[in-house]
Amino acid sequence: MKHLDEFRNPVLAHKLIHKIQRTATRRRVVMEVCGGQTHSILKHGIDDLLRDSVELIHGPGCPVCVTPAEVIDVAQTLAMRPNTTITSFGDMLRVPGTSQQSLLNVRSQGGNIEVVYSPVDAVRFAASHPERDVIFFAVGFETTAPATALAVLQAEQQGLTNFSMLIAHVRVLPAMELLMQDTDCRIEGFLAAGHVCTVTGFEEYHAFVHKHGIPVVVTGFEPVDLLDGIAVCLEQIEAGRAEISNRYTRMVTPSGNTSAQNVVEKVYEVTDSPWRGLGTISRGGYKLRAQYEHFDARIRFAQHLKQSGSQVCVEQNFTCPSGDVLTGRIKPCDCEAFGKTCTPSTPLGAPMVSSEGACAAYFSYSLSRSDET
Amino acid sequence: MNPPGWQLRCPVAIDHNDTITLAHGEGGRLMRQLIEKTILPHLTQDDATVPGDAATLAVMNGPLAFTTDSFVVSPLFFPGGDIGRLSVFGTVNDLVVAGAQPLWMSLAFIIEEGLPMAVLEHVLKSISRAASEANVRIVTGDTKVVPRGAVDGLFINTSGVGVIQHQLPGPGSLSVGDELIVTGPIARHGVAVMVAREQLGLMPEPMSDCACLAEAVDTIARADLMAEVITMRDATRGGVTAVLHEWAQACGHTLTIEESEIPISPEVRGASELLGLDPLHIACEGTMLLAVRSGTSAAVVRALQESSISSQSRQIGYVAQRTISPVTVRRTLGTERALDEPSGAPLPRIC
Repeated sequence: MKHLDEFRNPVLAHKLIHKIQRTATRRRVVMEVCGGQTHSILKHGIDDLLRDSVELIHGPGCPVCVTPAEVIDVAQTLAMRPNTTITSFGDMLRVPGTSQQSLLNVRSQGGNIEVVYSPVDAVRFAASHPERDVIFFAVGFETTAPATALAVLQAEQQGLTNFSMLIAHVRVLPAMELLMQDTDCRIEGFLAAGHVCTVTGFEEYHAFVHKHGIPVVVTGFEPVDLLDGIAVCLEQIEAGRAEISNRYTRMVTPSGNTSAQNVVEKVYEVTDSPWRGLGTISRGGYKLRAQYEHFDARIRFAQHLKQSGSQVCVEQNFTCPSGDVLTGRIKPCDCEAFGKTCTPSTPLGAPMVSSEGACAAYFSYSLSRSDET
Repeated sequence: MNPPGWQLRCPVAIDHNDTITLAHGEGGRLMRQLIEKTILPHLTQDDATVPGDAATLAVMNGPLAFTTDSFVVSPLFFPGGDIGRLSVFGTVNDLVVAGAQPLWMSLAFIIEEGLPMAVLEHVLKSISRAASEANVRIVTGDTKVVPRGAVDGLFINTSGVGVIQHQLPGPGSLSVGDELIVTGPIARHGVAVMVAREQLGLMPEPMSDCACLAEAVDTIARADLMAEVITMRDATRGGVTAVLHEWAQACGHTLTIEESEIPISPEVRGASELLGLDPLHIACEGTMLLAVRSGTSAAVVRALQESSISSQSRQIGYVAQRTISPVTVRRTLGTERALDEPSGAPLPRIC
């Protein structure tokens, strides 16, 4: 834990805060892309400490928040199928689909859902339950895609015919591209998601930086990491420079984790993908390559899903403005439902569900939110 | 002419099983044997007779405390404890933090058919040792066996009765300036169970703090400081956060803690970081929070540190004027942030 103490050192943190305050000639707008960064920023009050120098916009980098409601409906339908088990990361269980039902509700109504900590555990579960169809709900960015790709390869190697995946993998750079195309975009610099870059590296960001003339700083998740990333980003903004900087060097190399990339490349191909609140993003996700399509739950259970289609309910009256939150057009607390009808116990939209969602982070850590009580 | 290998034997009921069957719960001979041969030898003391349907308790001077709790932990055995030890200390600690001396307990098993007898015996030994450590007598009980799948191995319910020794004002009496103490490193139980359940294989293995808290209270009493204690609470489900929210609601003030003062073992911190969990939300089973009168925490902490169960006691915060948030935490960078209650079971982050 020594490294954590170093990256939470208050003396070092306050030196960086002073540096940022000295550098900023006016309040600058920086987006942290990843939900883990948002969580850390709000937990440690970094947004408050930099209030006069930097406006931090919380980006779309929480996989739970951007998984389309329709995919959650599919997971719910499959969970109610006889002799079928949906395996999923815990966070996905509480996310409402179009009907405001979550997988947790579905489980209480008899749906078969198991929480796993790794896709490989789901493969193991399938191997030990040959009588059941086991479906892994594969969500996440480039960070989790290698593990789910590995699960497919393992299932193939073991000859498992009862394992498949419901895939909602997304890619971070196309989402950043979409944000830059917005004519109202106020973002002056990005903190790139450190863990995504651990896998992908950051070479592909050069073109993005060049095209948009905007600084991108690969940044970690601890307070000192974040403040350092913001300081470097701010220096570039103030100097009128736009470069890619890597400030998460203890994890990220320019070319990333090539073994992980190779596994992803082998199993997946890039595809246009729907994002909750943001619409379909060009090249924004992954799908299984043709030779692994038999692991695609949507294809394998197409008949069942078609027959159950009528069960998908209409969207509720309140429509969560998650797209506006994820693009930084509004702060979570600007939403009419925030803290009133929409709370972590009664989420009306995905950003309130995941611990890394911007709304949940605001609700948990902000001293000035309107309270449920 | 009998076929070869055929033996003339009557099919009699087997009276000694390696596993629990439904017959062990059906009130017949097997059930009597289970109770008399397996359960009672671990539980009865020298002066006790075999219990009937109800225990007879002595008349006590002063008010009694009465509590009940059910134990459904999975796995049944985890580093630092097991369901048996937990079922004794869980109930005993509920009495202790109410200011009572635990005296008597009930013990009820709900067993899934197929549970290995050796597992039950192991749990019974553990219950026996824990009851002896806590100086509490198990005076009545019950055993039920249910079909496979109706429970997960073994569930236990215990109830406890104690006599009140220290009348505490309670959390409704907290006032601004009162001080908050924790008796040891937090979150050890929840993390130990989670790491064991998910077989995460972390080294060193996080250990549960499952223990009896009576000695921690006794050491304060010996130092003649019980008059300074306003309320006590073992930080079980929901951890430190849940206790603070309960107290804040009772007194109407804001409870503020310092993150840097909260004791956390390196194993627990490592596992929490890995799983994306906040240790403040995670259960303890042998660690409590105390609220003491303004200016007395140093003396109470010194007294607590005399006992091994509370040797790492620290003041972690104080009671402040009510702000918009009922509970706040000063994080390492010096910012004060709301400490919200978790809305459900802690779930690990996924990226």
